[in-house]
Amino acid sequence: MAEGKPIIEMKDITKTYHIGGEEVHALDHATLTIREGEFVAIIGPSGSGKSTLMNIMGCLDVADSGEYLLDGQAIEKYSDDELAKIRNRKIGFVFQNFNLLSRMTAQENIELPLIYQGVSANERRARAQAAIERVGLSDRAKHKPTELSGGQQQRVAVARALATKPSLILADEPTGNLDSRTGNDIMRLFCELNEAGNTIVLITHSEKVAAQAQRRIRIMDGHLEECEDTAPYAAPKEGEKA
Amino acid sequence: MIIQSVKMAWEAVTSNKMRSFLTMLGIIIGVTALVVLVSLISGATNSITGEVAALGNDMLMVNVLDDKGAPLRLEDLPELASEKYVDQISPSSSMTAAAKYQTTDTTVSVYGVTPAYYDIQGLEIEEGRFLKRADIENRSYVAVLSYDAADELFGTTNQVIGRHFTVDGRSFEVVGMLSQEESMMASMMSGFAVYVPFSVESRMAGQPYIQSMCVSATGKTDDAEKVMKEALLKRFQNDEDAFSVINMSSISSAMATITDTLSLLLGSIAAISLVVGGIGIMNIMLVSVTERTREIGIRKAIGAGHLSIMMQFLIEALMLSLMGCAVGLALSSGILAVVSKIAGTITFTMSGSVVMLSVCFSSAIGLIFGLYPANKAAKKHPIEALRYDG
Repeated sequence: MAEGKPIIEMKDITKTYHIGGEEVHALDHATLTIREGEFVAIIGPSGSGKSTLMNIMGCLDVADSGEYLLDGQAIEKYSDDELAKIRNRKIGFVFQNFNLLSRMTAQENIELPLIYQGVSANERRARAQAAIERVGLSDRAKHKPTELSGGQQQRVAVARALATKPSLILADEPTGNLDSRTGNDIMRLFCELNEAGNTIVLITHSEKVAAQAQRRIRIMDGHLEECEDTAPYAAPKEGEKA
Repeated sequence: MIIQSVKMAWEAVTSNKMRSFLTMLGIIIGVTALVVLVSLISGATNSITGEVAALGNDMLMVNVLDDKGAPLRLEDLPELASEKYVDQISPSSSMTAAAKYQTTDTTVSVYGVTPAYYDIQGLEIEEGRFLKRADIENRSYVAVLSYDAADELFGTTNQVIGRHFTVDGRSFEVVGMLSQEESMMASMMSGFAVYVPFSVESRMAGQPYIQSMCVSATGKTDDAEKVMKEALLKRFQNDEDAFSVINMSSISSAMATITDTLSLLLGSIAAISLVVGGIGIMNIMLVSVTERTREIGIRKAIGAGHLSIMMQFLIEALMLSLMGCAVGLALSSGILAVVSKIAGTITFTMSGSVVMLSVCFSSAIGLIFGLYPANKAAKKHPIEALRYDG
């Protein structure tokens, strides 16, 4: 799967935090390339630096040193507003706790990133409807997040990530707050999206969740390490434990 | 983008109605205080200046206190009237006398005047005619009655011309009647006025010289005032205390200064309460920004820039203050309608300028006090904001 054009190219990315006078190397010369159409899982226990990696990958934060090319653009020198623009157009986030706006309906939540892109109201509606259809929740478009189950909320979040047609879908423990059955449903949705050509990076601490990705990268104390035991890529059957 | 921001702000404002209302209350009270106070003052001012203008805004009242052996006579007036800027001069001596018609006795103010008085005072005749030159020269016992005097004396204002009545035992013929005074103050001041030739009145009063007169100006009354003072100084041996010249327009301009100062003073007090209302808005906006830290984090994560977040909160603050302003204006118009009804003669209305002033002031307050919270929201770091547990 190394034939696609690179979406993420990280070279010697370093990020150091100072906590209580002590230096913590959250990322230590991390180097990584992810190509278009890949489904990559990044596995690591808490404190391994995976949140920092995800923040930098998602342009929520910038590295102290190193090179990061996202879709061919070097982003390390960008201002906060330029990073916001890149997040808006290139990255679709899926969070562990869904992060939907509770005052808005599912449809409005999905439209939100398109509003920040300045897309016209008609096109916004059409694209949001297409995205919500893609995750199989067309009949729940007018519901608010509080009226939806956890799995449904996560589907809305995935639809929101899809609506902007991003270069990369970045999922941070997307099944962490779900029971295993709905977790499986979400994972199957990711697999389907990957088959349809979306590049997905999944961050998790669970080996079982990671096993469903094509490629796994282990992170430990800020170091990245490719897992060689590439398991056969298979979506779990319904009812199976993730 | 703006439309979306307005929509979002509207949702935020309406999602917590009680809090929004309480936040607006400061602005509502401030705007109401501002509009009601300023409108009350300007209504009262209009009414008072109207009354003063009705008394004759463009004339001088001259009183001779000490004639220094050079008393003014009727024959001296044409010379004074020929001075520059001076238009017409009429003596206006007055006395109180008992008037009698058949069985009716009434006390009237008798004014000894000349025909020029009619123009100087801007009187209006209802029936008959005003005094003529010939009446003065011939010392005719003719009189022009004010509407109220005619009503009091004859019990009617119909067909009063040609009737005879007596003043201090002398019989007068009515040759004219004035129109009813519209101004309350003017009719009060003139009382039951009876205008007779100066020559007749001076004989009755036993005072052949002119002690008071009214003067109209060709242009500005200020110029005429200066000229009159110079002429009188010359006549009365440079004694400033020998006479007094009252410029009626200076009275109304003094009045205007007083009322302007008053409305500025009360307006500023009201403006202070608006500022306090603004602080209330800032307070609630700061709470709101903290409460919605996660929301801000989510918005930033999916691509909202500094400006979008700033705009959202700024528009929310602006919306609160403008809604407060609108409610305040509605409340003020209600209060003014009630006050006008109670006051009866004076109507108080909101002027466009005071509405504009309160809208501008409220917007400015919304913007100024919204700026800090909005900036605080926009500056939040997306990662920390996403992690916030409120």
